[in-house]
Amino acid sequence: MKILVCISNVPDTTTKIKFTGDNELDTTGIQWVINPWDELSLTRALELKDSNPGLIESVTVAHAGPASSEPTIRKALAIGADSAIRVNAEPLDAFFVAAQLEKVITEENFDIVLCGIESSDFNGSTVGGMLAEFLGYPSVSAVSGINIENEDIVIKREIDGGSELVSVPVPFVAIVQKGIAIEPRIAAMRGIMMARKKPIKVVEPADVNALTEVSSYEMPPEKEACKFIDPDNPEELIDILQNKEKLI
Amino acid sequence: MENTELLKSGEFLVREVDPADVFIPEEYDEEQIMIAQTCKDFLEAEVYPKLEDLDKGDRELMKELLKKSGDLGLMGISVSEEYGGFGQSFVTQMLAAETIGAAYSFSVAFMAHCGIGTLPIMYYGNEDQRQRYVTKQATGELLGAYCLTEPGAGSDANSGKTNAVPSEDGSHYILNGQKMWITNGGFADTQTVFAKIENDRVLSAFIVDTDSEGVVVGPDEHKMGIKGSSTTQIYYNDVKVPAENLLGQRGQGFRIALSILHMGRIKLGANVLGASKKAITDSVRYANERKQFGTQIANFGAIKHKLAEMVIRTFAAESSIYRVSKDIDCLIEKYVAEGCDKGKASIDAIAHYAVEAAILKVYGSEMLDYVVDEAVQVHGGMGYSSEMDIERGYRDSRINRIFEGTNEINRILVVDTAMKRAKKGEYGLFEEAEKLAGNIAGIDVYKGGDDDFFTEKSGYIKNMKRTALLLLNAASTAYGRKLVHEQEILNNISDIIMEIYVAESTALRVKKIESLKGDAGIFRDILDVYVYNAVQDVRRSALDAVYSLDADNKDELVKAVSDLSEAAGVNVKACRRRIADKLIEDNEYKF
Repeated sequence: MKILVCISNVPDTTTKIKFTGDNELDTTGIQWVINPWDELSLTRALELKDSNPGLIESVTVAHAGPASSEPTIRKALAIGADSAIRVNAEPLDAFFVAAQLEKVITEENFDIVLCGIESSDFNGSTVGGMLAEFLGYPSVSAVSGINIENEDIVIKREIDGGSELVSVPVPFVAIVQKGIAIEPRIAAMRGIMMARKKPIKVVEPADVNALTEVSSYEMPPEKEACKFIDPDNPEELIDILQNKEKLI
Repeated sequence: MENTELLKSGEFLVREVDPADVFIPEEYDEEQIMIAQTCKDFLEAEVYPKLEDLDKGDRELMKELLKKSGDLGLMGISVSEEYGGFGQSFVTQMLAAETIGAAYSFSVAFMAHCGIGTLPIMYYGNEDQRQRYVTKQATGELLGAYCLTEPGAGSDANSGKTNAVPSEDGSHYILNGQKMWITNGGFADTQTVFAKIENDRVLSAFIVDTDSEGVVVGPDEHKMGIKGSSTTQIYYNDVKVPAENLLGQRGQGFRIALSILHMGRIKLGANVLGASKKAITDSVRYANERKQFGTQIANFGAIKHKLAEMVIRTFAAESSIYRVSKDIDCLIEKYVAEGCDKGKASIDAIAHYAVEAAILKVYGSEMLDYVVDEAVQVHGGMGYSSEMDIERGYRDSRINRIFEGTNEINRILVVDTAMKRAKKGEYGLFEEAEKLAGNIAGIDVYKGGDDDFFTEKSGYIKNMKRTALLLLNAASTAYGRKLVHEQEILNNISDIIMEIYVAESTALRVKKIESLKGDAGIFRDILDVYVYNAVQDVRRSALDAVYSLDADNKDELVKAVSDLSEAAGVNVKACRRRIADKLIEDNEYKF
């Protein structure tokens, strides 16, 4: 079986997001990383390959993005992916990205496709579902565990108040959330050295248009300062809750 | 860079350097950045959550973390590929050392293993020794220690009493003696031990397995800081050391010890840089959170001053460290091209830059002490609480001025080594100095004026160089061979030489940033304040030296030094505020 992990290239989660005068994202000084959910998916894919060496043939990562995103792809190769595919296009919206990934998957026949539940930049949460629909594959959402038992795929997914185990035939798309792996795997020195020699296949994009366009961005309102109330003065708290905020 | 004649150690005092020939951190390649990220990821995932347990002296935990870093390949960064390592460039080794340097006691244990624990065998061992030890040290299977200091032999390392006597059949040596302040002593599997064979006047080096009969490891010392690092005494009672474990040649030990110390010093420069950046990030995060008088304390000018000055000195140290690291890489390449073994080429190249290694050790350790001191102050009362990382950082910093050769020894080394190299004819230090001294009244003093920014800074740095040369000449003339006994004056000159190297490295870096990016922006502010400070510091050191000299032309020298330390004023408040504002905005050290 061949596993494909779809990865997004996102600003490091500690980045302070700023916009230019033209309401474009100001990329100055941003450190780009693998989307955290995708990184956990990659970690789990590699664990599955390690524990099922005869069954899992390879782990590949796919990414739709320009050449400037290659350091992030090489990081995935350093972590342990065997190969990578980059669709040479700006990722315009979720529909566009899903269409590009569909083309990659159709051409290369992957059995297990892992997508992070969302990307930490735009948080759309739609690529995985769209991709499964385009491919005509079953999709499982809110996946927090994947295991292989007697060559069958058993997936754990989160449901309200608990979790359920489902089995799914290959090929399928799993939309992965936290819990799939404990911690992302750290790129080892050997992996970093080997990443130089691993292939990144660059393919031209499918001819599709984006369906949505960002008109503008707005920063969230500044957080109001926290008001501290003297513990010896509970009347003040009651007064605020009752008369000012009218919450009680 | 390949086409330029390499700068010799200390030659910066008499030679101009083009920014194009200098390496700057802005030029790291993708792989170097990834290696640094791996080190950082490892610290965040494995080390930072366990700092308190480490500081309680949990040796098993320290061993486990060291082994984990070995599993990731981090212990093999400096080791050649044929011995199980990754044969990385010196710049990359220093970048890894910098990143790990932010890990308090773990950093000390890791660096002791990877540096002084492994590299003596890597650089001076024969093929058999490298295969038996280095291949396992590169993965962490064996952990190493370096045993030089004795109760009666600290800075005067060659006076050690540990003794080795060859057996009659020549199959082994019988080792007796005592070592102290041995980092990783509590768990190291293998030790490089320095001892005198029979009645030799000079040291030899041996590889000793800790599990050999007669090796007794003492309990861990109770220390002011780096409490997680195991520091012990080790006793050797009739220990049989196989003859094949003599490292290098008989009598080569002192040379091995010194070469390894040069390497240790320069890597310490990288370690303290990482520790400094961590202390700055901790400080600005606290300053951005902590409110007093209705506003974050980061908004106060006094705090901005501290934050900016911490950044300026750290940036300057970084500029110097990577400048010399690349010079070392170039020299290694040259030696290898001439047919030298890679291990020997590496240690010879590092040892060549002994002046810069001593500068970086002293400047870096004092920079970190300044930074952690101000960092505690930014934290206010909380800085004194063990709840905060900076309390640990403050205590852990202090040792850096003591180990790898005290700063007092290293200050003397800066001047002494530069003079020795010049006397060997490597560059015309004395000729230049005599030329200046012969015409003190006619010295070409740079006076500033309407020059562009970089020409002006470079002019002031040239003035500092002229000051150093004048003093070297005056001190040598006044004391001749007895100059070595005038340690106060040597310290003054050493301080000036250090300021020159660091200021020049910073200027070269900022100029190169400008040529690469079009506008050096905030980095100009850093250089502006740095050079302004350096000129004042050099003036003070130079006048201290001149007033203390037994020289006939004291008045003339005072005037020359005063003229050479005139510099245009800088609005340092505005510069520091801009630097601090960037730090405050980024909420971490990102320069």
